[in-house]
Amino acid sequence: MDSEVLSAPYVLEYTYTRSTGPVIGRFLTGLRDGRIGGARTGGGRVIVPPLEYDPDSGEAIGDFVEVGQEGVVTTWAREPGQQLAWALVRLDGADTAMLHLVDGMVAKGSRVRARWRAERTGSIRDIECFEVIA
Amino acid sequence: MSDESRPPITMIHTPVRLEYTVTAGRHLSAYLRGIAQKRIVGGRCPSCKKVYLPPRGACPTCGVPAVEETQVADVGTITTFCVIRIPFDAAPFPPPYIAVAILLDGADMPIFHLLRGAEEARMGMRVRAVWVSDEELAPTLASIRWFEPTGEPDAAYDTIASHL
Repeated sequence: MDSEVLSAPYVLEYTYTRSTGPVIGRFLTGLRDGRIGGARTGGGRVIVPPLEYDPDSGEAIGDFVEVGQEGVVTTWAREPGQQLAWALVRLDGADTAMLHLVDGMVAKGSRVRARWRAERTGSIRDIECFEVIA
Repeated sequence: MSDESRPPITMIHTPVRLEYTVTAGRHLSAYLRGIAQKRIVGGRCPSCKKVYLPPRGACPTCGVPAVEETQVADVGTITTFCVIRIPFDAAPFPPPYIAVAILLDGADMPIFHLLRGAEEARMGMRVRAVWVSDEELAPTLASIRWFEPTGEPDAAYDTIASHL
């Protein structure tokens, strides 16, 4: 009798629709308008993307603030053969770095600027990537 | 510039897709291979004598190997059911349709499948497997298209009471 152990492909797929909540919703709505928003905590730090609560104190965040469209790469990684690198970008006016794609010869400390898509829907992908400017 | 003509974002789509290769293991492989021959094989525990379906090679209650293969019938009794009325992408049929747990004759664990050819399901309803054609038989539970009523009188509650 055949005793070979069987195996087969198995795809697990969930077509989630998620509610954004007020803070991420406002962030995404801003992206659709070509603006990048953050949250100012009670201690004065600006968190981008914004959170509903201060990760240090657990208190509700205070103001919703707009930050710059340029920033600094704090760290990055590139898959071999890929033009775009993954990078953490700390935008001007922000105290935290945001994960996104960077196009160009990226290095730690590179100045980058957001490249927007022409058609924006209210998604993190409304920023096509960041491009190195210096 | 803000676009006031569009409502604020409140919902986003975040699909998740994971592509696995599942390895069935020795006992589940034997079960699936049996199905390709229209035989349904369970694993009997030498201690409690329960027949597990599908067989896993061990008894989860007694903690001993349960490697004795034993064939069960392709006829059984519905222990519970659910009428699906909400459509979703992977639905096998347009709703409403009925998913059932079936205690096959000779088994101590119900299997889950679909019921067709019945206006309603009942706990105790007797059903039989409707197999695909011999050419379509494969080592998958999809070799059983669905179950249909046998037309026998419903089984007494006592016969399924300890398997609910």
